[in-house]
Amino acid sequence: MSPLDTLWLVLLGPALGALINGLWPQRLRGRVTHGVIACVAAGFAFVVAILQHIALGASGQEIVRASYFTWIQAGNLTVDFALRLDPLSSVMCLTVTGVGFLIHVYSLGYMAHDRDYVRFFTNMNLFLTAMLILVTASNLPLMFVGWEGVGLCSYLLIGFWHRRESASRAGFKAFAVNRIGDAGFLVAMFWCWKVFATLEFHEIFERLELATAVDVRWITLLLFVGATGKSAQLPLYVWLPDAMEGPTPVSALIHAATMVTAGVYLVVRMHPLFHHPESAGVLVAWVGALTAIFAATIAVGQRDIKRVLAYSTVSQLGYMFLAAGIGAYVAAIFHLVTHAFFKACLFLGSGSVIHACHEEQDIMNMGGLKDKMRTTHWTFLAATLAIAGVFPLAGFFSKDEILAHAFQANRGLYVIGIACALLTAFYMGRVLFLTFYSGRRMRDQAWEKVHESPPSMTFALVVLAVLAVFGGLLGLPAGLGLPHFLAGYLAPLLPDAHGAAHMPARLELALMGISLALAIGGLFAAASLFRVRGAQGEERLRKALGGVHTLLANKWYVDEVYAAVVVSPLSRLAQAVSDRFDPRVVDGLVNGVAAAVGWGSERQTRTQTGRIRDYVLVILTGAFLLVLGLIALGR
Amino acid sequence: MPWLTITIFLPTVGAALLTVLRRSGGQGARVISLAFTILTAVLSVALAIGFNGASPDYQLEDPKVPWVPALGINFHVALDGISLWLFLLTTFLSVIAVLGSWTSITKHDSAFFICLLLLETAMLGVFAAIDLVLFYVFWEAMLIPMYLIIGVWGGARRLYAAIKFFLYTFVGGVLMLAGIIILYFALPEPDRTFSIPELLARAPQLDGSLQLTLFVLFGLGFAIKVPLFPFHTWLPDAHVEAPTSGSIILAGVLLKMGAYGFLRLCIGFFPVGTEVFGPVLMWLAVIGIIYGGAAAMWQTDMKRLIAYSSVSHLGFVMLGLFALNPMGIQGAVLQMVNHGLSTGALFLLVGMIYERRHSRMIADYGGLWEEVPVYSRIFLVVALSSIGLPGLNGFVGELLTLMGTFTSAWVQAQLWAILGCLGVIISACYLLWMYKRVFYGEPKPHRDGPMKDINTIEATAAVMLLAGIVWLGVYPAPVLRSIKPAAVAVVNRFEVSRGNVPRTKPFADLAPDVAPLGGTELPAVFSEDDEQ
Repeated sequence: MSPLDTLWLVLLGPALGALINGLWPQRLRGRVTHGVIACVAAGFAFVVAILQHIALGASGQEIVRASYFTWIQAGNLTVDFALRLDPLSSVMCLTVTGVGFLIHVYSLGYMAHDRDYVRFFTNMNLFLTAMLILVTASNLPLMFVGWEGVGLCSYLLIGFWHRRESASRAGFKAFAVNRIGDAGFLVAMFWCWKVFATLEFHEIFERLELATAVDVRWITLLLFVGATGKSAQLPLYVWLPDAMEGPTPVSALIHAATMVTAGVYLVVRMHPLFHHPESAGVLVAWVGALTAIFAATIAVGQRDIKRVLAYSTVSQLGYMFLAAGIGAYVAAIFHLVTHAFFKACLFLGSGSVIHACHEEQDIMNMGGLKDKMRTTHWTFLAATLAIAGVFPLAGFFSKDEILAHAFQANRGLYVIGIACALLTAFYMGRVLFLTFYSGRRMRDQAWEKVHESPPSMTFALVVLAVLAVFGGLLGLPAGLGLPHFLAGYLAPLLPDAHGAAHMPARLELALMGISLALAIGGLFAAASLFRVRGAQGEERLRKALGGVHTLLANKWYVDEVYAAVVVSPLSRLAQAVSDRFDPRVVDGLVNGVAAAVGWGSERQTRTQTGRIRDYVLVILTGAFLLVLGLIALGR
Repeated sequence: MPWLTITIFLPTVGAALLTVLRRSGGQGARVISLAFTILTAVLSVALAIGFNGASPDYQLEDPKVPWVPALGINFHVALDGISLWLFLLTTFLSVIAVLGSWTSITKHDSAFFICLLLLETAMLGVFAAIDLVLFYVFWEAMLIPMYLIIGVWGGARRLYAAIKFFLYTFVGGVLMLAGIIILYFALPEPDRTFSIPELLARAPQLDGSLQLTLFVLFGLGFAIKVPLFPFHTWLPDAHVEAPTSGSIILAGVLLKMGAYGFLRLCIGFFPVGTEVFGPVLMWLAVIGIIYGGAAAMWQTDMKRLIAYSSVSHLGFVMLGLFALNPMGIQGAVLQMVNHGLSTGALFLLVGMIYERRHSRMIADYGGLWEEVPVYSRIFLVVALSSIGLPGLNGFVGELLTLMGTFTSAWVQAQLWAILGCLGVIISACYLLWMYKRVFYGEPKPHRDGPMKDINTIEATAAVMLLAGIVWLGVYPAPVLRSIKPAAVAVVNRFEVSRGNVPRTKPFADLAPDVAPLGGTELPAVFSEDDEQ
């Protein structure tokens, strides 16, 4: 039996794991059992993903699709629970399950002393299930199941330490902001149904000629609204930095490596629409570029290690959208994969540091950790170089490919892209040097207790660091005549697979040189400021930037603007409706009618005096009027 | 055997038995009513098994019994694919309502359960009646037990709420009665009838202006019941004051009668009225979705919050119905069932903590997640189903009603669907914000000590509802399939009866045309002209 006959098998492990841990949270012997179950489940999914990947390559088929049962059937619409495996979903499955598995293993150590150990692993497995549904779904509604499912898990895991007000608030914020994007996704889905009369991906792509320019523009725009919510792009990125309230493995898995890439995946999945000349692709690219630079500037001003990484994630996702928007889909997916490696490594490394420093997250209070935490230091260093784009690490190749495409598509995008590369190198260098170098700034007591993390945690770090170093081999520059494995693999599916090959080798080399120079320049600037001087360097940076630094440290006051422009008017509206309009106007009208009737009838009862002479008077008056009337009529 | 009639009146038999055995004490009354509601539910399921889901016709019909022969009024009951599911929902929720009042009703127990059982008969009658007068009689009969349930077993302001509920509904009922009489005499002599299937064929041929009047007379009563904005203010008061089971029935079944009435009578009888007032109702539905959600966001009382959420959710139902395409109507019927399960479950769950802490105020709670873990998790799933998380029931209904609206032939269809999507965002906000305040955070100490987690009876009721919630979320296809023929019949009748009246655009009745409606022009969202 070929693994391609059982596409659902990839979902089975995590789904079962979540079910078992969810339904029998306290029954099994020893709490580690639960963690092991979850890891085995994730590992199983990874193995299945590998087998499916191999089988797909061997079979020579481009797309394998399997329908299991009819989920929704109404009007002429039929939505099946149908999965599809193609090179794109296979790459996504591998990334999600592979990185996911490592993070599960890491969590065994990281969460070992948490009281809600089992709930944590249940939610992690549930998340993997939802993410795998998202990437293997064969139609829009089923993808939406995964789409909202990851949103839910994100809500549950951000608010994992729910006793903390900030955590439950952040979870709520994530879900609410995501929902705004989801509404865009929904409308895009309606529009697709209206135009194509189907919601299956392959059928939509076959019927593209049915769509007018207007249809394409709106559908892609609305899909992108969905993507900005899930992938934290302007203007819906605000939930992601707050999502750092969750446990660090969650930040690594959900808010760096997998869930947030769903938007990029969506754009690439729907690329036949985005590839249309009338699509919103240009907007995607510009929003991506602006998000990249915007988030990178904020990252420079943050002191919380996880927040720097969070803004860095927003920024790197911006790169991916930049690529997807200009049609460089392979480059987008390539960067997605390498980013999953080095960002997961960075987050887990920061988790290791936070763990060692007893929940200290402020990089200004760290420093000098490199000798105490050797493995963490080396892996963090490797991942930092990778994300900064230093040759020959993973980030260098993927970022360079995006920049090369941007150079050809639009010089403005390219300039933003390289400026952002410089900033990336700088703020990552800042984190690296302030955390691991620059002398210790910790109290002695705390310093004594600092220790390297247990092997279950460092294992994941090492593997991810190796991937961050060598991940670039997946996509060597085709322009230089080197093999680009990923492009070759995705070629049957994506139109741009050999796009960058048209570039002259000299230009390619020149662009690489610029990127590399900027990366090293950024790192060097950071080193000269922070490597020795530490906190003084930060002081100098603040003085140099002046008012701008305040702006950056306060994240351009975007949260405040949102609060003033969106949240507060909305809650005032809600308050006005429920406290004033509804009881006074709507209900007031009703009660007013009732009161009027009561008043009228009360008036009427006054005529019933009970005195004979009053009644006689009324009768006589009536009779008189009657006679008068008759006489008048008689005439 | 007239099984449908037997099913309808089985709860009445139970009520009669309770009046005889009144002295048998509280526990007996509970067991007897539970037995009768379960028996009714089992019978209704047995009936459903014999139902042919592929046919649009009335089925399971019992022989017509002349009731007032001089006027042609008959006792005549049957079900079609639309009423079948509402019928099943009613028998199911009645069991839940009995379980939900097991410990919460502490005075006049027998009388309470008598009311509940009589109410069930009346509700079943409304959905099964295919004689207009019979429909009206059941409609009004339902009012009395519900009035008593709120007025006797309710909270502090129960009398105000009960009278408000009664007056609102009664006004609607009286207008409907006037409509029924006018309709009867408007038909030419030999055609006069109260039979709904016959009226479906004859009423649409009535004069257009008369149809408008009749649509308003019938529609007002239904709009109050749904409730559509701005006729909704009786609902929060009634819900807050009603006992738990009263709220379950009120939200779960009674509100559906308004929507059902619109579907069966207003759309069925008066196509001209439907076409003229359709946009008005769509706007009111959209306003209701947003307004109800906005109002829910600011509530401090959990029951009031859920009541306003009902206003919002029923807006989706109305959108689906007046989308006037099979997808919308199928979605609307499913959404009615969904709302019954989800909101019924929410009221049941709030009732549970009310019984423990005697407060419905959100501010009085906090940190329940650790105090009552099982309860908290169940509540979360139910809240998510109400929010419309895919994989649970609410999503399917919302998707279909909104998608049906989006592809309907109204000029402003897309605008309504997009505005309706705002409800999707808002519902997440008010429910999860409430959830955060009640369940997360530090536990609040209470003078009664820690709260007890859910007990067996409560768990039984909750698990039954959860099963429905998950089933309709994961595998709603069979249900949708059996609704489809009846929904298509409604649409076809509407299309045929509106005959040659030209429309600004072709009506996409069964599916969006493969050639897009908008053509190369701008999408309809942006066009200025209206249907009229």
